[in-house]
Amino acid sequence: MNNTDQIVQDADVELSFLSSVVKENGNQPAALIPILQMIQEKYRYLPKNAMEFVADALGLSPATVYGVATFYAQFSLEPKGKYVIKVCDGTACHVRGSSAVYDAICKRVELVDGKSTTKDGTYTVETVSCLGACVLAPVVTINDKVYGEMTPEAINIILDTLEKEGTNHDQNA
Amino acid sequence: MSQLTVNGKNVELNGEANVLEVVRKAGIDLPSLCYHQELTVHGACRLCMVEIEGRGIVAACHTPPEAGMVINTNSLVLRRLRKMALELLLARHDRECTTCSRSGNCKLQDLAERFGISDIQLKQDERKLPIDDSSIIIRNPNKCILCGECVRICSEVQGIGVLDFVHRGSKMVVDTAFSKKLSDTECVNCGQCAAICPTGALVIRSQVDQAWDALNDPDKTVIVQIAPAVRVSIGEEFNVPAGESTMGQLVSALKIMGASKVFDTSFSADLTVLEETNEFIQRVQSQENLPQFTSCCPAWVKYAEQFYPEYLNNLSSCRSPQQMLGSLIKKYYGKEQGLQTKDMYVISVMPCTAKKFEAAREEFTTDGVPDVDLVLTTQELAHMIKEIGVDFPALPETAPDQPFGRVTGAGVIFGVTGGVSEAVLRLGYEKLTNEKLEDVVFSEVRGYNGLRSCELKLNGQTLRLAVVNGLTNANKVLEDMKCGKVKFDLVEVMACPGGCIGGGGQPITNVNRRVRVKRGAGLYNEDQIAPVHKSQENPAVKDIYEKWLRCPGSKEAHDALHTTYKERNARCITVAATDHGKDC
Ligand code: SF4
Ligand code: SF4
Ligand code: SF4
Ligand code: FES
Ligand code: FES
Repeated sequence: MNNTDQIVQDADVELSFLSSVVKENGNQPAALIPILQMIQEKYRYLPKNAMEFVADALGLSPATVYGVATFYAQFSLEPKGKYVIKVCDGTACHVRGSSAVYDAICKRVELVDGKSTTKDGTYTVETVSCLGACVLAPVVTINDKVYGEMTPEAINIILDTLEKEGTNHDQNA
Repeated sequence: MSQLTVNGKNVELNGEANVLEVVRKAGIDLPSLCYHQELTVHGACRLCMVEIEGRGIVAACHTPPEAGMVINTNSLVLRRLRKMALELLLARHDRECTTCSRSGNCKLQDLAERFGISDIQLKQDERKLPIDDSSIIIRNPNKCILCGECVRICSEVQGIGVLDFVHRGSKMVVDTAFSKKLSDTECVNCGQCAAICPTGALVIRSQVDQAWDALNDPDKTVIVQIAPAVRVSIGEEFNVPAGESTMGQLVSALKIMGASKVFDTSFSADLTVLEETNEFIQRVQSQENLPQFTSCCPAWVKYAEQFYPEYLNNLSSCRSPQQMLGSLIKKYYGKEQGLQTKDMYVISVMPCTAKKFEAAREEFTTDGVPDVDLVLTTQELAHMIKEIGVDFPALPETAPDQPFGRVTGAGVIFGVTGGVSEAVLRLGYEKLTNEKLEDVVFSEVRGYNGLRSCELKLNGQTLRLAVVNGLTNANKVLEDMKCGKVKFDLVEVMACPGGCIGGGGQPITNVNRRVRVKRGAGLYNEDQIAPVHKSQENPAVKDIYEKWLRCPGSKEAHDALHTTYKERNARCITVAATDHGKDC
């Protein structure tokens, strides 16, 4: 599947979208966080020029917006993949084999050089601390959907299904 | 009268904003690293802790004073806490004092000494964050104590907000947007952040070595110019009180160093008055491009180019006095003296860091060579004087060289907020009324508040003036103008608090309003004792027009003394690209 069009290059930020987000939330500084959330939702990260735009619209300096964007862990300054896979590495999951699951995913999606997002922008793979679902350990989430009792085999099947859906979706579109 | 007690002594309350001010009024120098009277309170360094009976230990800077408070500033607990706070800062600080340009002038070093920190129990943080030396202000985050003074002065006084806190927890740093190099940001090079920084985390790039190289180069004729505000401040580095002029000693010191000529930039300030008033009167008569904004502050010029390109036609086209003089030296004076451009080296001594940026602008070159080769700040020149080891205050007084050494009081007050307006009025009055001006003092435009305005009736005509210092105030004037709330004919803008006397290159004490006011008074005093108070009566200026430039506004004057501006944008897209601006 070809996902390059999904990787949002900074130059591709849509002004009309940004404008509508600002219009919806108002141009008061207090609207900054909800606005950033909506931008992140659309682009899966905060493009620089979108942050500059928001700064301008809200009468804040770009440095202030950047400060807020780097303060909250929910915001990402790097483009994330279409699928964000989080592998829990909390104690329970670790003990029950989360590393093997993590390695299997990295191998399957061909993640190299310690990068967390694949070259084609399809996958971002991260480890996180306890997700609070230890009874299901080891736990993996894919775009916030929770998968429990993972094994290398099971995660490969899930990824197969995802890829099939993705291709169908691309064809329909 | 309400009172409280500090260490058992009664202290009257008189509207002080916080306990820190009260304690200081009581004569106790409570330590602080993140408090500044003219900025909002941050309350992060915890050094200003005091004990208040019934409340325990509080940060004095953000505790409002109340009648009856019983305050103690000395106790074993406080002592321990202060030392601990300092040690924590020092454990994350690059403590290479001997090679730090703020050594001897650093609040952190000073407090470490005052509190006898001899040994730091904590593990030293060995992080080495990259130093940003892309600009005139050099940022070394390894020396930053996160006091946030730079963040606040840049956003509260200059209205720009180049810097802010980014990341969090142990990774927190003060940085630019997207960690850009400072030279790629909207920084206008005013240097106020470096002046207020308590440590060596923000320092001004030193060009002292280049100056020595030129002064010792047998093939170069070094010509120096000295800005008005320098003479009333450089003495502070040598225990001369602020405001006392040491112009004569300055000329002597520069001659000892090897300068062949020393000129006074107040001379070209007089020229600026003639050109700028001529331009202003034309605009008043045609009612075009009003208000006229002054253009002698390069920080303001860059600000306007970045944020208000639609007003660039309103800026006076006059070059700043520094650039006028540089241009005259390279274009006319050199020829007259039989000097080739390549043999002349023009150094200007300025209170200002933005002048370094201005001198490098391509508009200010003659045959590809900069009109002003090097700009030294007051601080840099003070260092050079210390290097040669002379007793500066005891030097004999030498007069500046001719023809650019003869000045008027009007040119000298350019260094203080309101000065340019007053100098222009001394000529404008005579032009607009055809009367001789007797009382040259325009107290309407004097003062130190950031935004002042007045109306003057001249010959049935009302002139509306605004005098601004601090770019936040310039922003306010521009926004109010846009909405039609205010209307002006002439707006003087200086970026630095108090005008150039508070410039970012001045001795570090310029962050103190009292010191700035003394320097300003020094300039007004120079005006008062000057034999001539009006630029138009400067005989040397008249000569220059006769010899080289014909008359104000002539083609020759335009080529040598005027300039153009260009829109600049440091951002990729702005709201102007859509219709989404802020409402009035
Ligand atoms: S030099 Fe002036 S404009 Fe630049 S960061 Fe410092 S305070 Fe802001
Ligand atoms: S750079 Fe200086 S003024 Fe700014 S936060 Fe750091 S120590 Fe404070
Ligand atoms: S006010 Fe004076 S010292 Fe400050 S930036 Fe402007 S020209 Fe320089
Ligand atoms: S350790 Fe993985 S969910 Fe708790
Ligand atoms: S001066 Fe009060 S906390 Fe820093």
